[in-house]
Amino acid sequence: MSSAVPLDALRDTHAPRVEPLDVERVRQDFPILQRKIRGKPLVYLDNAASSQRPRVVIEAIRKLYEQDYANIHRGVHTLSQVATEAYENSRDKVRQFIGAADRREIVFTRGTTESINLVANSFARPRLQPGDEILITAMEHHANIVPWQLVCEQTGARLRVAPISDEGILRMEEFARLLTPRTRLVAAVHVSNALGTINPIRRMIELAHAAGIPILIDGAQAAPHLRVNVQQLDCDFYAFSGHKMCGPTGIGVLYGKLAHLEAMPPWQGGGDMINVVTFEKTTYNDPPQRFEAGTPNIEGGIALAPAIDYLLGLGMDRIAAWENELLAYATQCAADIPGLRIIGTAPCKASVLSFVLDCAHPHDIGTILDQEGVAIRTGHHCAQPVMQRFNVPATARASFSFYNTREEVDALFRGLRKVLEVFG
Amino acid sequence: MADLDDLYREMILDHSRNPRNFRSNEAAAGIAHGNNPLCGDRVSVFVDLDGDSIRDISFQGSGCAICTASASLMTQALKGATRRRAQFLFENVHHMLTDGKLPHPEVELGKLHVLEGVREFPIRVKCATLPWHTFHSALTRGSEIVSTE
Repeated sequence: MSSAVPLDALRDTHAPRVEPLDVERVRQDFPILQRKIRGKPLVYLDNAASSQRPRVVIEAIRKLYEQDYANIHRGVHTLSQVATEAYENSRDKVRQFIGAADRREIVFTRGTTESINLVANSFARPRLQPGDEILITAMEHHANIVPWQLVCEQTGARLRVAPISDEGILRMEEFARLLTPRTRLVAAVHVSNALGTINPIRRMIELAHAAGIPILIDGAQAAPHLRVNVQQLDCDFYAFSGHKMCGPTGIGVLYGKLAHLEAMPPWQGGGDMINVVTFEKTTYNDPPQRFEAGTPNIEGGIALAPAIDYLLGLGMDRIAAWENELLAYATQCAADIPGLRIIGTAPCKASVLSFVLDCAHPHDIGTILDQEGVAIRTGHHCAQPVMQRFNVPATARASFSFYNTREEVDALFRGLRKVLEVFG
Repeated sequence: MADLDDLYREMILDHSRNPRNFRSNEAAAGIAHGNNPLCGDRVSVFVDLDGDSIRDISFQGSGCAICTASASLMTQALKGATRRRAQFLFENVHHMLTDGKLPHPEVELGKLHVLEGVREFPIRVKCATLPWHTFHSALTRGSEIVSTE
Protein backbone atom coordinates (compact mmCIF):
# COMPACT_ATOMS: atom_id res chain seq x y z
CA MET A 1 0.00 0.00 0.00
CA SER A 2 1.13 3.50 -0.74
CA SER A 3 1.01 4.50 2.92
CA ALA A 4 4.47 2.98 3.29
CA VAL A 5 5.88 5.41 0.73
CA PRO A 6 6.91 8.85 1.98
CA LEU A 7 4.06 11.11 1.03
CA ASP A 8 6.03 13.94 -0.43
CA ALA A 9 7.90 11.54 -2.69
CA LEU A 10 4.60 10.06 -3.82
CA ARG A 11 3.28 13.48 -4.74
CA ASP A 12 6.24 14.37 -6.87
CA THR A 13 5.82 11.48 -9.28
CA HIS A 14 3.74 12.43 -12.23
CA ALA A 15 1.08 9.96 -13.41
CA PRO A 16 2.69 6.84 -12.03
CA ARG A 17 1.52 3.42 -13.13
CA VAL A 18 -1.03 2.23 -10.58
CA GLU A 19 -2.83 -0.98 -9.73
CA PRO A 20 -6.57 -0.58 -10.27
CA LEU A 21 -8.85 -0.29 -7.26
CA ASP A 22 -10.73 -3.33 -6.03
CA VAL A 23 -14.03 -1.47 -6.10
CA GLU A 24 -16.16 -4.29 -4.70
CA ARG A 25 -13.87 -4.47 -1.71
CA VAL A 26 -13.85 -0.70 -1.30
CA ARG A 27 -17.65 -0.71 -1.26
CA GLN A 28 -17.61 -2.97 1.80
CA ASP A 29 -16.00 -0.09 3.69
CA PHE A 30 -19.09 2.10 3.20
CA PRO A 31 -22.04 0.82 5.26
CA ILE A 32 -24.55 3.15 3.59
CA LEU A 33 -23.93 1.56 0.19
CA GLN A 34 -25.76 -1.52 1.46
CA ARG A 35 -29.00 0.32 1.90
CA LYS A 36 -32.01 0.16 -0.35
CA ILE A 37 -34.01 3.11 -1.64
CA ARG A 38 -37.64 2.32 -2.49
CA GLY A 39 -36.72 -1.36 -2.53
CA LYS A 40 -33.83 -0.88 -4.94
CA PRO A 41 -30.10 -0.74 -4.23
CA LEU A 42 -28.88 2.78 -3.58
CA VAL A 43 -26.93 4.18 -6.52
CA TYR A 44 -25.29 7.22 -5.00
CA LEU A 45 -24.17 9.63 -7.72
CA ASP A 46 -24.34 12.87 -5.76
CA ASN A 47 -20.75 12.81 -4.59
CA ALA A 48 -19.97 16.36 -5.66
CA ALA A 49 -22.58 17.54 -3.14
CA SER A 50 -21.23 15.32 -0.37
CA SER A 51 -19.45 12.00 -0.27
CA GLN A 52 -20.34 9.03 1.90
CA ARG A 53 -18.26 7.92 4.88
CA PRO A 54 -16.15 4.81 5.28
CA ARG A 55 -16.47 2.79 8.47
CA VAL A 56 -13.11 4.05 9.79
CA VAL A 57 -14.50 7.59 9.95
CA ILE A 58 -17.75 6.52 11.59
CA GLU A 59 -15.81 4.42 14.10
CA ALA A 60 -13.44 7.28 14.89
CA ILE A 61 -16.41 9.46 15.84
CA ARG A 62 -17.91 6.66 17.94
CA LYS A 63 -14.59 6.02 19.69
CA LEU A 64 -14.13 9.68 20.45
CA TYR A 65 -17.51 9.97 22.17
CA GLU A 66 -17.34 6.59 23.89
CA GLN A 67 -13.78 6.84 25.16
CA ASP A 68 -11.80 10.00 24.52
CA TYR A 69 -14.05 13.04 24.51
CA ALA A 70 -13.35 16.31 26.33
CA ASN A 71 -12.92 19.92 25.30
CA ILE A 72 -9.55 20.66 23.73
CA HIS A 73 -6.78 23.19 24.37
CA ARG A 74 -8.02 23.73 27.93
CA GLY A 75 -7.93 21.13 30.63
CA VAL A 76 -4.98 19.58 32.41
CA HIS A 77 -6.93 16.38 32.81
CA THR A 78 -6.19 13.25 30.82
CA LEU A 79 -9.17 13.29 28.48
CA SER A 80 -8.61 16.88 27.46
CA GLN A 81 -5.02 16.00 26.62
CA VAL A 82 -6.05 12.93 24.65
CA ALA A 83 -8.65 14.85 22.65
CA THR A 84 -6.30 17.79 22.08
CA GLU A 85 -3.59 15.47 20.83
CA ALA A 86 -5.98 13.76 18.41
CA TYR A 87 -7.24 17.11 17.13
CA GLU A 88 -3.73 18.47 16.62
CA ASN A 89 -2.57 15.24 15.02
CA SER A 90 -5.30 15.77 12.50
CA ARG A 91 -3.82 19.16 11.69
CA ASP A 92 -0.51 17.44 10.98
CA LYS A 93 -2.32 14.95 8.78
CA VAL A 94 -3.91 17.75 6.77
CA ARG A 95 -0.54 19.45 6.42
CA GLN A 96 0.87 16.24 5.02
CA PHE A 97 -2.15 15.66 2.75
CA ILE A 98 -1.76 18.99 0.95
CA GLY A 99 2.01 19.21 1.23
CA ALA A 100 2.10 22.38 3.34
CA ALA A 101 5.42 23.38 4.88
CA ASP A 102 4.20 24.22 8.37
CA ARG A 103 1.35 23.00 10.58
CA ARG A 104 0.61 26.61 11.56
CA GLU A 105 -0.58 27.15 7.99
CA ILE A 106 -3.55 24.82 8.55
CA VAL A 107 -6.61 26.62 9.94
CA PHE A 108 -9.65 24.51 10.78
CA THR A 109 -12.96 26.05 9.69
CA ARG A 110 -16.54 24.87 9.22
CA GLY A 111 -15.90 24.25 5.55
CA THR A 112 -14.78 25.78 2.27
CA THR A 113 -17.38 28.53 2.55
CA GLU A 114 -16.12 29.69 5.93
CA SER A 115 -12.51 29.43 4.75
CA ILE A 116 -13.24 31.81 1.87
CA ASN A 117 -15.18 34.17 4.10
CA LEU A 118 -12.26 34.24 6.49
CA VAL A 119 -9.89 35.35 3.74
CA ALA A 120 -12.43 37.87 2.44
CA ASN A 121 -12.86 39.46 5.85
CA SER A 122 -9.43 39.15 7.38
CA PHE A 123 -7.10 39.32 4.38
CA ALA A 124 -8.94 41.18 1.62
CA ARG A 125 -11.15 43.70 3.37
CA PRO A 126 -8.42 45.61 5.25
CA ARG A 127 -6.42 46.08 2.04
CA LEU A 128 -9.20 47.08 -0.33
CA GLN A 129 -9.70 50.66 -1.46
CA PRO A 130 -12.38 52.07 -3.75
CA GLY A 131 -11.47 51.19 -7.33
CA ASP A 132 -9.47 48.09 -6.38
CA GLU A 133 -10.44 44.83 -8.04
CA ILE A 134 -10.91 41.20 -7.12
CA LEU A 135 -10.79 38.73 -9.98
CA ILE A 136 -12.82 35.51 -10.04
CA THR A 137 -13.91 33.23 -12.89
CA ALA A 138 -17.28 32.64 -14.53
CA MET A 139 -17.44 29.08 -13.17
CA GLU A 140 -17.37 29.86 -9.45
CA HIS A 141 -19.65 28.38 -6.82
CA HIS A 142 -21.70 30.99 -4.93
CA ALA A 143 -19.30 30.49 -2.02
CA ASN A 144 -16.53 32.01 -4.12
CA ILE A 145 -18.68 34.86 -5.44
CA VAL A 146 -20.81 36.23 -2.62
CA PRO A 147 -18.08 36.74 0.03
CA TRP A 148 -16.23 38.92 -2.50
CA GLN A 149 -19.37 40.83 -3.39
CA LEU A 150 -19.88 41.55 0.30
CA VAL A 151 -16.37 42.95 0.78
CA CYS A 152 -16.67 44.89 -2.47
CA GLU A 153 -19.85 46.51 -1.16
CA GLN A 154 -18.11 47.38 2.09
CA THR A 155 -14.97 48.83 0.51
CA GLY A 156 -15.95 50.20 -2.89
CA ALA A 157 -13.82 47.60 -4.64
CA ARG A 158 -15.03 45.96 -7.82
CA LEU A 159 -15.53 42.30 -8.73
CA ARG A 160 -14.20 41.27 -12.14
CA VAL A 161 -15.06 37.95 -13.81
CA ALA A 162 -12.84 36.03 -16.23
CA PRO A 163 -15.05 34.44 -18.91
CA ILE A 164 -15.30 30.79 -19.96
CA SER A 165 -15.82 29.12 -23.34
CA ASP A 166 -18.83 27.11 -24.49
CA GLU A 167 -16.98 23.98 -23.39
CA GLY A 168 -16.59 25.40 -19.92
CA ILE A 169 -12.89 26.20 -20.25
CA LEU A 170 -11.42 29.32 -18.69
CA ARG A 171 -10.30 31.83 -21.34
CA MET A 172 -6.72 32.19 -20.22
CA GLU A 173 -5.92 35.20 -22.38
CA GLU A 174 -8.87 37.05 -20.83
CA PHE A 175 -7.86 35.91 -17.38
CA ALA A 176 -4.35 37.27 -17.96
CA ARG A 177 -5.74 40.52 -19.36
CA LEU A 178 -7.90 41.03 -16.26
CA LEU A 179 -4.86 40.87 -13.96
CA THR A 180 -4.30 44.61 -13.72
CA PRO A 181 -2.45 46.97 -11.39
CA ARG A 182 -5.80 47.42 -9.64
CA THR A 183 -6.24 43.70 -8.91
CA ARG A 184 -5.68 42.98 -5.22
CA LEU A 185 -6.64 39.30 -5.13
CA VAL A 186 -7.57 36.41 -7.41
CA ALA A 187 -10.04 33.77 -6.22
CA ALA A 188 -10.55 30.81 -8.51
CA VAL A 189 -11.99 27.34 -8.37
CA HIS A 190 -9.69 24.34 -8.87
CA VAL A 191 -12.44 21.98 -10.10
CA SER A 192 -15.86 23.34 -11.08
CA ASN A 193 -18.71 21.65 -9.20
CA ALA A 194 -21.25 22.41 -11.93
CA LEU A 195 -19.12 21.62 -15.01
CA GLY A 196 -16.36 19.34 -13.79
CA THR A 197 -13.70 21.48 -15.46
CA ILE A 198 -10.24 21.18 -13.91
CA ASN A 199 -8.65 24.61 -14.14
CA PRO A 200 -4.97 25.05 -15.01
CA ILE A 201 -4.38 26.55 -11.59
CA ARG A 202 -0.63 26.19 -11.66
CA ARG A 203 -0.50 28.50 -14.68
CA MET A 204 -3.11 30.82 -13.14
CA ILE A 205 -1.06 31.07 -9.95
CA GLU A 206 2.07 31.86 -11.99
CA LEU A 207 0.27 34.58 -13.91
CA ALA A 208 -1.16 36.13 -10.76
CA HIS A 209 2.20 36.07 -9.00
CA ALA A 210 3.97 37.51 -12.04
CA ALA A 211 1.65 40.49 -11.58
CA GLY A 212 2.34 40.52 -7.83
CA ILE A 213 -1.19 39.41 -6.95
CA PRO A 214 -2.05 36.86 -4.24
CA ILE A 215 -4.41 34.02 -5.21
CA LEU A 216 -6.91 31.86 -3.34
CA ILE A 217 -7.91 28.48 -4.73
CA ASP A 218 -11.32 26.95 -3.92
CA GLY A 219 -10.39 23.29 -3.70
CA ALA A 220 -13.70 21.89 -2.42
CA GLN A 221 -14.13 19.59 -5.43
CA ALA A 222 -10.44 18.99 -6.04
CA ALA A 223 -9.24 17.72 -2.66
CA PRO A 224 -11.19 14.42 -2.87
CA HIS A 225 -10.06 13.60 -6.40
CA LEU A 226 -6.66 15.08 -7.20
CA ARG A 227 -3.26 15.19 -5.59
CA VAL A 228 -2.78 18.66 -4.22
CA ASN A 229 0.54 20.10 -3.14
CA VAL A 230 0.23 23.68 -2.02
CA GLN A 231 3.99 24.24 -1.97
CA GLN A 232 4.40 23.10 -5.55
CA LEU A 233 1.37 25.13 -6.57
CA ASP A 234 2.64 28.10 -4.57
CA CYS A 235 -0.93 29.36 -4.02
CA ASP A 236 -1.44 31.87 -1.21
CA PHE A 237 -4.62 30.24 0.11
CA TYR A 238 -6.29 26.89 -0.52
CA ALA A 239 -9.75 26.07 0.87
CA PHE A 240 -11.54 22.72 1.12
CA SER A 241 -14.14 20.75 3.09
CA GLY A 242 -14.08 17.47 4.99
CA HIS A 243 -17.50 16.22 3.95
CA LYS A 244 -16.66 16.00 0.25
CA MET A 245 -13.66 13.79 0.95
CA CYS A 246 -15.18 11.05 3.11
CA GLY A 247 -14.72 13.10 6.29
CA PRO A 248 -17.26 14.57 8.68
CA THR A 249 -19.52 17.51 7.90
CA GLY A 250 -18.88 20.88 9.50
CA ILE A 251 -15.11 20.68 9.27
CA GLY A 252 -13.04 22.38 6.63
CA VAL A 253 -9.59 23.73 6.08
CA LEU A 254 -8.04 27.01 5.13
CA TYR A 255 -4.43 26.68 4.09
CA GLY A 256 -2.67 30.04 4.08
CA LYS A 257 0.97 30.95 3.68
CA LEU A 258 2.31 31.64 7.14
CA ALA A 259 3.43 35.16 6.30
CA HIS A 260 -0.13 36.02 5.26
CA LEU A 261 -1.74 34.40 8.29
CA GLU A 262 0.66 36.11 10.66
CA ALA A 263 -0.19 39.50 9.16
CA MET A 264 -3.94 38.95 9.23
CA PRO A 265 -6.15 40.24 12.07
CA PRO A 266 -8.60 37.82 13.66
CA TRP A 267 -12.03 37.55 12.07
CA GLN A 268 -14.08 36.15 14.93
CA GLY A 269 -13.31 36.82 18.57
CA GLY A 270 -13.69 34.48 21.51
CA GLY A 271 -11.90 31.82 23.48
CA ASP A 272 -8.81 30.07 22.12
CA MET A 273 -7.86 32.90 19.77
CA ILE A 274 -6.44 35.18 22.48
CA ASN A 275 -3.18 35.58 24.26
CA VAL A 276 -3.99 38.02 27.07
CA VAL A 277 -7.38 39.61 27.62
CA THR A 278 -8.05 42.66 29.75
CA PHE A 279 -10.90 45.11 29.35
CA GLU A 280 -8.41 47.64 28.04
CA LYS A 281 -6.60 45.52 25.49
CA THR A 282 -6.45 41.99 24.16
CA THR A 283 -3.50 40.45 22.40
CA TYR A 284 -4.18 37.73 19.91
CA ASN A 285 -2.90 34.23 19.64
CA ASP A 286 -0.66 33.16 16.76
CA PRO A 287 -1.96 31.32 13.69
CA PRO A 288 -3.74 29.00 13.40
CA GLN A 289 -5.42 29.49 16.82
CA ARG A 290 -5.91 33.19 16.06
CA PHE A 291 -8.56 32.13 13.52
CA GLU A 292 -10.19 29.38 15.57
CA ALA A 293 -12.31 31.23 18.11
CA GLY A 294 -14.44 29.16 20.45
CA THR A 295 -14.78 25.44 20.94
CA PRO A 296 -14.33 24.01 17.46
CA ASN A 297 -15.86 21.01 15.72
CA ILE A 298 -13.79 18.58 17.75
CA GLU A 299 -15.24 15.37 16.33
CA GLY A 300 -14.99 16.78 12.82
CA GLY A 301 -11.36 17.70 13.22
CA ILE A 302 -10.42 14.39 14.78
CA ALA A 303 -12.32 12.23 12.30
CA LEU A 304 -10.83 14.08 9.33
CA ALA A 305 -7.56 12.23 9.97
CA PRO A 306 -8.93 8.72 9.31
CA ALA A 307 -10.67 10.06 6.19
CA ILE A 308 -7.34 11.32 4.86
CA ASP A 309 -5.62 8.07 5.84
CA TYR A 310 -8.33 6.17 4.03
CA LEU A 311 -7.95 8.17 0.81
CA LEU A 312 -4.16 7.96 0.92
CA GLY A 313 -4.39 4.24 1.64
CA LEU A 314 -6.36 3.77 -1.56
CA GLY A 315 -4.01 6.16 -3.35
CA MET A 316 -5.08 9.42 -4.95
CA ASP A 317 -3.80 8.23 -8.32
CA ARG A 318 -5.83 5.04 -8.19
CA ILE A 319 -8.87 7.06 -7.11
CA ALA A 320 -8.41 9.48 -10.02
CA ALA A 321 -7.83 6.65 -12.50
CA TRP A 322 -11.04 4.83 -11.58
CA GLU A 323 -13.13 8.00 -11.47
CA ASN A 324 -11.81 8.99 -14.90
CA GLU A 325 -12.80 5.60 -16.23
CA LEU A 326 -16.32 5.99 -14.85
CA LEU A 327 -16.59 9.47 -16.36
CA ALA A 328 -15.40 8.25 -19.75
CA TYR A 329 -17.88 5.37 -19.66
CA ALA A 330 -20.76 7.64 -18.60
CA THR A 331 -19.87 10.20 -21.27
CA GLN A 332 -19.93 7.42 -23.86
CA CYS A 333 -23.34 6.16 -22.62
CA ALA A 334 -24.67 9.71 -22.71
CA ALA A 335 -24.06 9.89 -26.45
CA ASP A 336 -26.71 7.17 -26.92
CA ILE A 337 -29.47 9.12 -25.18
CA PRO A 338 -31.41 11.20 -27.72
CA GLY A 339 -31.77 14.85 -26.77
CA LEU A 340 -29.12 14.71 -24.05
CA ARG A 341 -26.72 17.63 -23.94
CA ILE A 342 -23.70 17.61 -21.65
CA ILE A 343 -23.01 20.96 -19.97
CA GLY A 344 -19.27 21.16 -19.47
CA THR A 345 -17.21 19.37 -22.10
CA ALA A 346 -13.70 20.48 -21.20
CA PRO A 347 -11.06 17.89 -22.09
CA CYS A 348 -9.67 18.06 -18.56
CA LYS A 349 -12.55 17.16 -16.24
CA ALA A 350 -13.22 15.61 -12.86
CA SER A 351 -15.90 12.94 -12.60
CA VAL A 352 -18.89 15.23 -13.02
CA LEU A 353 -21.52 14.69 -15.72
CA SER A 354 -23.81 17.70 -15.84
CA PHE A 355 -26.52 17.49 -18.48
CA VAL A 356 -29.93 18.55 -19.72
CA LEU A 357 -32.54 16.63 -21.70
CA ASP A 358 -34.67 18.17 -24.45
CA CYS A 359 -37.83 16.53 -23.19
CA ALA A 360 -37.61 16.78 -19.40
CA HIS A 361 -36.68 19.32 -16.77
CA PRO A 362 -33.88 18.31 -14.40
CA HIS A 363 -36.34 18.08 -11.48
CA ASP A 364 -38.45 15.58 -13.27
CA ILE A 365 -35.34 13.61 -14.19
CA GLY A 366 -34.29 13.63 -10.54
CA THR A 367 -37.67 12.40 -9.31
CA ILE A 368 -37.83 9.54 -11.82
CA LEU A 369 -34.26 8.46 -11.10
CA ASP A 370 -35.00 8.53 -7.37
CA GLN A 371 -37.74 5.97 -7.96
CA GLU A 372 -34.99 3.73 -9.34
CA GLY A 373 -32.76 4.30 -6.30
CA VAL A 374 -30.44 6.58 -8.26
CA ALA A 375 -29.46 9.76 -6.37
CA ILE A 376 -28.28 12.68 -8.49
CA ARG A 377 -28.32 16.42 -7.95
CA THR A 378 -30.70 18.61 -9.90
CA GLY A 379 -30.84 22.39 -9.89
CA HIS A 380 -28.37 25.20 -10.25
CA HIS A 381 -25.69 23.62 -8.04
CA CYS A 382 -25.13 26.93 -6.23
CA ALA A 383 -23.65 28.23 -9.46
CA GLN A 384 -26.43 30.34 -10.98
CA PRO A 385 -24.02 32.38 -13.13
CA VAL A 386 -22.86 29.12 -14.74
CA MET A 387 -26.49 28.25 -15.54
CA GLN A 388 -26.96 31.72 -17.05
CA ARG A 389 -23.76 31.32 -19.08
CA PHE A 390 -25.10 28.13 -20.66
CA ASN A 391 -28.64 29.48 -20.86
CA VAL A 392 -30.23 26.66 -18.89
CA PRO A 393 -32.40 27.07 -15.77
CA ALA A 394 -30.84 24.05 -14.13
CA THR A 395 -29.01 20.84 -14.93
CA ALA A 396 -29.05 17.24 -13.79
CA ARG A 397 -25.69 16.24 -12.39
CA ALA A 398 -24.29 12.78 -11.80
CA SER A 399 -20.97 12.90 -9.95
CA PHE A 400 -18.95 9.76 -9.48
CA SER A 401 -16.74 8.63 -6.66
CA PHE A 402 -14.20 5.84 -6.46
CA TYR A 403 -16.78 3.56 -4.82
CA ASN A 404 -19.12 3.75 -7.80
CA THR A 405 -19.23 0.98 -10.39
CA ARG A 406 -19.86 0.65 -14.10
CA GLU A 407 -23.08 -1.16 -13.18
CA GLU A 408 -24.18 1.95 -11.34
CA VAL A 409 -23.51 4.03 -14.44
CA ASP A 410 -25.71 1.53 -16.29
CA ALA A 411 -28.43 2.04 -13.67
CA LEU A 412 -28.25 5.80 -14.27
CA PHE A 413 -28.80 5.35 -17.97
CA ARG A 414 -31.56 2.76 -17.48
CA GLY A 415 -33.23 5.43 -15.37
CA LEU A 416 -32.75 8.04 -18.07
CA ARG A 417 -34.42 5.73 -20.57
CA LYS A 418 -37.40 5.62 -18.19
CA VAL A 419 -37.43 9.42 -18.26
CA LEU A 420 -37.58 9.24 -22.05
CA GLU A 421 -40.47 6.77 -21.83
CA VAL A 422 -42.45 9.17 -19.63
CA PHE A 423 -41.55 12.42 -21.38
CA GLY A 424 -40.24 11.45 -24.79
CA MET B 1 -45.98 3.98 -1.70
CA ALA B 2 -45.57 6.95 -3.99
CA ASP B 3 -46.09 5.91 -7.58
CA LEU B 4 -44.64 7.74 -10.55
CA ASP B 5 -47.83 7.20 -12.53
CA ASP B 6 -49.75 9.19 -9.90
CA LEU B 7 -47.33 12.06 -10.34
CA TYR B 8 -46.93 12.16 -14.08
CA ARG B 9 -50.56 11.66 -15.13
CA GLU B 10 -51.27 12.06 -18.82
CA MET B 11 -53.01 15.38 -18.27
CA ILE B 12 -49.99 16.77 -16.42
CA LEU B 13 -47.66 15.69 -19.21
CA ASP B 14 -50.00 17.25 -21.76
CA HIS B 15 -50.16 20.59 -19.93
CA SER B 16 -46.40 20.61 -19.39
CA ARG B 17 -45.74 20.00 -23.09
CA ASN B 18 -48.45 22.37 -24.31
CA PRO B 19 -49.10 24.89 -21.58
CA ARG B 20 -52.36 26.83 -21.95
CA ASN B 21 -52.45 30.62 -21.58
CA PHE B 22 -48.69 30.68 -21.86
CA ARG B 23 -48.06 34.30 -22.78
CA SER B 24 -47.00 37.52 -21.16
CA ASN B 25 -49.33 40.45 -20.64
CA GLU B 26 -47.28 43.40 -19.53
CA ALA B 27 -50.38 45.62 -19.48
CA ALA B 28 -52.11 43.43 -16.89
CA ALA B 29 -53.33 45.07 -13.70
CA GLY B 30 -51.65 42.47 -11.55
CA ILE B 31 -48.26 40.99 -12.36
CA ALA B 32 -46.10 38.93 -10.03
CA HIS B 33 -42.90 37.00 -10.48
CA GLY B 34 -42.24 33.85 -8.52
CA ASN B 35 -39.09 31.85 -8.20
CA ASN B 36 -37.82 28.89 -6.28
CA PRO B 37 -34.18 29.76 -5.60
CA LEU B 38 -33.38 26.19 -4.63
CA CYS B 39 -34.18 24.73 -8.01
CA GLY B 40 -34.40 27.61 -10.44
CA ASP B 41 -38.11 27.40 -11.30
CA ARG B 42 -39.39 30.80 -12.40
CA VAL B 43 -42.92 31.82 -13.21
CA SER B 44 -44.61 35.14 -13.95
CA VAL B 45 -48.38 35.46 -13.62
CA PHE B 46 -50.46 38.18 -15.31
CA VAL B 47 -53.98 38.90 -14.05
CA ASP B 48 -56.61 41.28 -15.45
CA LEU B 49 -59.84 41.91 -13.60
CA ASP B 50 -63.28 42.85 -14.81
CA GLY B 51 -64.99 44.21 -11.72
CA ASP B 52 -64.71 41.39 -9.22
CA SER B 53 -63.95 38.67 -11.77
CA ILE B 54 -60.75 37.50 -13.39
CA ARG B 55 -61.16 38.48 -17.02
CA ASP B 56 -57.80 37.19 -18.17
CA ILE B 57 -54.97 35.25 -16.62
CA SER B 58 -51.78 34.02 -18.27
CA PHE B 59 -48.29 32.97 -17.29
CA GLN B 60 -44.74 32.67 -18.53
CA GLY B 61 -41.58 31.18 -17.17
CA SER B 62 -39.49 28.08 -17.06
CA GLY B 63 -39.97 25.20 -14.72
CA CYS B 64 -40.36 21.48 -14.35
CA ALA B 65 -43.36 19.53 -15.64
CA ILE B 66 -45.18 19.84 -12.32
CA CYS B 67 -44.70 23.61 -12.09
CA THR B 68 -45.65 24.23 -15.71
CA ALA B 69 -48.70 21.94 -15.63
CA SER B 70 -49.86 23.44 -12.34
CA ALA B 71 -49.60 26.95 -13.80
CA SER B 72 -51.40 25.94 -16.99
CA LEU B 73 -54.24 24.21 -15.14
CA MET B 74 -54.45 27.15 -12.76
CA THR B 75 -55.05 29.65 -15.55
CA GLN B 76 -57.86 27.49 -16.92
CA ALA B 77 -59.45 27.07 -13.51
CA LEU B 78 -59.29 30.75 -12.62
CA LYS B 79 -60.38 32.40 -15.82
CA GLY B 80 -63.75 33.99 -15.14
CA ALA B 81 -63.62 33.21 -11.41
CA THR B 82 -64.57 35.80 -8.82
CA ARG B 83 -61.94 36.91 -6.35
CA ARG B 84 -63.70 34.95 -3.63
CA ARG B 85 -63.80 31.76 -5.68
CA ALA B 86 -60.15 32.24 -6.67
CA GLN B 87 -59.21 32.62 -3.01
CA PHE B 88 -61.09 29.44 -2.09
CA LEU B 89 -59.51 27.51 -4.95
CA PHE B 90 -56.09 28.76 -3.87
CA GLU B 91 -56.73 27.45 -0.35
CA ASN B 92 -58.16 24.17 -1.59
CA VAL B 93 -55.19 23.52 -3.85
CA HIS B 94 -52.78 24.31 -1.05
CA HIS B 95 -54.47 21.79 1.24
CA MET B 96 -54.89 19.19 -1.50
CA LEU B 97 -51.10 19.32 -1.95
CA THR B 98 -50.26 19.22 1.76
CA ASP B 99 -52.76 17.55 4.14
CA GLY B 100 -55.55 16.57 1.77
CA LYS B 101 -58.18 18.37 3.90
CA LEU B 102 -60.04 20.84 1.70
CA PRO B 103 -61.26 23.88 3.66
CA HIS B 104 -63.94 24.69 1.04
CA PRO B 105 -65.30 21.36 -0.17
CA GLU B 106 -68.20 23.17 -1.84
CA VAL B 107 -65.75 24.73 -4.33
CA GLU B 108 -64.97 21.96 -6.83
CA LEU B 109 -61.36 21.41 -7.82
CA GLY B 110 -62.32 19.85 -11.13
CA LYS B 111 -59.31 19.10 -13.31
CA LEU B 112 -56.97 20.40 -10.61
CA HIS B 113 -57.49 17.03 -8.87
CA VAL B 114 -54.92 15.64 -11.27
CA LEU B 115 -52.23 17.36 -9.16
CA GLU B 116 -53.21 15.38 -6.07
CA GLY B 117 -50.44 12.81 -6.63
CA VAL B 118 -47.83 15.50 -5.97
CA ARG B 119 -48.67 15.22 -2.25
CA GLU B 120 -46.84 11.89 -2.17
CA PHE B 121 -43.66 13.63 -3.35
CA PRO B 122 -43.12 16.24 -0.62
CA ILE B 123 -40.00 17.70 -2.26
CA ARG B 124 -42.07 18.51 -5.35
CA VAL B 125 -44.98 20.25 -3.58
CA LYS B 126 -43.26 23.63 -3.97
CA CYS B 127 -43.11 23.09 -7.71
CA ALA B 128 -46.91 22.85 -7.81
CA THR B 129 -47.62 25.67 -5.37
CA LEU B 130 -45.23 28.24 -6.88
CA PRO B 131 -47.65 29.40 -9.63
CA TRP B 132 -50.49 29.65 -7.12
CA HIS B 133 -48.50 31.74 -4.66
CA THR B 134 -47.42 33.92 -7.53
CA PHE B 135 -51.01 34.32 -8.70
CA HIS B 136 -52.11 35.13 -5.17
CA SER B 137 -49.53 37.85 -4.98
CA ALA B 138 -50.53 39.28 -8.38
CA LEU B 139 -54.15 39.36 -7.28
CA THR B 140 -53.76 40.78 -3.81
CA ARG B 141 -50.68 42.92 -3.79
CA GLY B 142 -49.95 43.87 -7.37
CA SER B 143 -46.46 43.41 -8.75
CA GLU B 144 -43.86 41.80 -6.59
CA ILE B 145 -41.48 38.90 -6.43
CA VAL B 146 -42.56 35.77 -4.64
CA SER B 147 -40.19 33.14 -3.37
CA THR B 148 -41.08 29.71 -2.13
CA GLU B 149 -38.05 29.69 0.16
